[in-house]
Amino acid sequence: MSVLAPKHQRLVLVLVALLVLIAAGMLAAWGLRSQADYFYLPEDIAERPPEPGRAIRLGGVVEPGTLRQLPDGVTIAFMVEGRHGDTIPVRYQGIVPDLFVEGSGVIANGRLTQDGTFQAETLLAKHDENYTPRELEGLTDDAARRTLEESTAGTT
Amino acid sequence: MIAELGLAALWLAAGLCVLQFVSGAIGVGGGADSAVGALARPAAIVQSLLLVISFACLLRVFAVTDFSVALVAANSNPDKPLIYRISGAWGNHEGSMLLWVTILGLCSALVALFEKRMDDRFMKAALAAQGFVALGFFGFLLLSSNPFARLDPPAEIGAGLNPLLQDIGLAMHPPTLYLGYVGLSVAFSFVVAALITRQAGPELARVMRPWVLAAWVALTLGIAAGSYWAYYELGWGGWWFWDPVENASLMPWLAATALLHSVSVLAARDALRTWTILLGVVAFSMSMVGTFLVRSGILTSVHAFAVDPERGAFILVLLTIYIGGAFALFALRAGSLAEGKRFAMVSREGALVVNNVMLSAILAVVLLGTLYPLLAEAFGTRVSIGPPYYNPVTAIFAVPMFLVLLIGPLLRWKRDSLSRVAVPLAIVCAILAGSVSVLVLFTGAGVLATIGLALAAALALASWLPLRGRQLRRVPLALWGSMLAHFGLAVSLCGMASESAFSVERLVAVRTGDQVEIGPFLARLESVEPVAGPNWTALEGKIAVTGNGVDTLLRPQARYFTQPFQGTSEAALLTLWNGQLYGILGEAAGDGRWQLRLWWKPFVTLIWYGGILIALGGVLSIFGHLRSSVRRRKIREEFARRRAERDAA
Repeated sequence: MSVLAPKHQRLVLVLVALLVLIAAGMLAAWGLRSQADYFYLPEDIAERPPEPGRAIRLGGVVEPGTLRQLPDGVTIAFMVEGRHGDTIPVRYQGIVPDLFVEGSGVIANGRLTQDGTFQAETLLAKHDENYTPRELEGLTDDAARRTLEESTAGTT
Repeated sequence: MIAELGLAALWLAAGLCVLQFVSGAIGVGGGADSAVGALARPAAIVQSLLLVISFACLLRVFAVTDFSVALVAANSNPDKPLIYRISGAWGNHEGSMLLWVTILGLCSALVALFEKRMDDRFMKAALAAQGFVALGFFGFLLLSSNPFARLDPPAEIGAGLNPLLQDIGLAMHPPTLYLGYVGLSVAFSFVVAALITRQAGPELARVMRPWVLAAWVALTLGIAAGSYWAYYELGWGGWWFWDPVENASLMPWLAATALLHSVSVLAARDALRTWTILLGVVAFSMSMVGTFLVRSGILTSVHAFAVDPERGAFILVLLTIYIGGAFALFALRAGSLAEGKRFAMVSREGALVVNNVMLSAILAVVLLGTLYPLLAEAFGTRVSIGPPYYNPVTAIFAVPMFLVLLIGPLLRWKRDSLSRVAVPLAIVCAILAGSVSVLVLFTGAGVLATIGLALAAALALASWLPLRGRQLRRVPLALWGSMLAHFGLAVSLCGMASESAFSVERLVAVRTGDQVEIGPFLARLESVEPVAGPNWTALEGKIAVTGNGVDTLLRPQARYFTQPFQGTSEAALLTLWNGQLYGILGEAAGDGRWQLRLWWKPFVTLIWYGGILIALGGVLSIFGHLRSSVRRRKIREEFARRRAERDAA
């Protein structure tokens, strides 16, 4: 290859660099767009269910009274509740995070199965008592408020 | 008293920092001989001593657990072992910012003391820039996060430290990462000085290189340590989660890697001038973005110590001033920098340009992925970006980069031809093709893992090919460094790919005495018993592992801390030459059974050994370059002496 004049060489280098960076940007944008609905709340799944088998992330609150262990000793099943009372059944094989309890916020990575159960591969719960997964901020309060409203509705 | 002493030292240091900046600025303006203009170097040196005193005071109040200091009361507890009481000093926002500033001060002092290769005006500009950067952090520390604030009345009992952070990994992880972040600030100051004084030649590159390398070594070690910490402490068996906080340390590393390669082009060939300058600015920007992401509380993680919008805003303002200022300076001056030397596409420079462009592309991909959720949230949608985005999109750019790396170090500077390196090229291609076909035929490894293993195999050999045709004794130290670092990359890549392709996982509920098969081993739960530590109690499982020449006990624990009240899972690791057995004790599964989770991860340790080799390569390079720079100076001095003698005669 011939050695280009300095001015041209700089131009070619800048163009190549720009081209690759633009490609990176477009690939990233495309990747991000297809990942944009990677995070689902239970009501999102009710509204527009993702195709079974696709890796998604489900967030919500562990509905009180639904957490149980299956006879194999390692599978737990529970319902994840969203903002408007929609729930999704979740199954998880594994050791649950230390602060995973009923009524706490949870994020589950996994896939929806054919029968509409969410098969979780990892569960992210709170690291410590101050930790709320970013995606769930506000949600737990909503759920708490609604529970409160329902209970007051019951007493009057 | 100690706390007041620390605070006083901190204020004095801030005063000296102002002096350093003003004096440096006057020096650049041509008043280097005036009384103030000569003070920049001494100001930097004394400032660093004051900062060390201040930081020592902080260590002292943490070591004796002085609850009249608000920071100690909020973060420490006398029950902790001494090492964690001390490391707790930087396991919080204020303390870690003081550590940042202390390291920055020490770096300024090192520059002021030892850097004699550039002329005085350049050094003044660099010290002024360094002072300007430090000033922002002094302001941040003294105005919004004073680590020595008193608590009146003193607290009765401390809040303790998050048990996840009570770990030897934490003791070393932040200081190393900070060393990296701050080392890049020195490179940044040099770049700014180069723009101000219009000196962007090979001399600049030689001055910058040890700093860039040192920062890069520290970042490499910091990232490796952080990854290993997450691996064994979080108990998820994974070693990289593309968590925004991890990305915050990866992005400066990517930029620093690009920078140290472009610096070597600038040093050797006086090409890529503007690009190197730009990368210097970008690398430090990434440090600042990382600090901002981690420290502002905009992300939630174990690293976000205090969610305080005021602090986030402060760092954002600093970020804007430094980065905006540097880019503005760059835009003003870049056009007037003299043109660098030209080169052919097939040449060492060409290969390094590919490295730089690909690293920048990966950086862009990671940056966009990290910021996108924050942007999306500003518009009211919540998204999480995870491995399904990062793995394939970064691989698109990483794979060509690795392919070029196989052959790039063999090319000559300026211009070369592929036919000259035909033999090594053929060998490398043969290894690639051979390993891909073996992997595809005999294992079920995934696409990315297959590519990774094949590249690792080829690179493990190719990294040593530059030795071909050289006398071993005459190979420069810096070349040994770069070969070792590239070999370390191959080792690390092999570990990553092998972990993702060949890991075996078992999750079971067993009674004591039950056996489980895991990979080549048999694991039997012997017992589950309560044990106690200094500030925790735990249930400890004893798992007998036999098979494959191994007969040993794994002791995973489920720990319960009382202050603060929290439980953690302590994984038990059995490290063998060919991998790690990883065991976790879960909960009681009812009817006398216990949950056990076991992983057999072949060659997973190579990930971190590779990281250590990479860092070691960097260290060798630093010594190599410093030695040759000392040698160059000696020759120059000798030359000057002889000429003086001749002139006198």
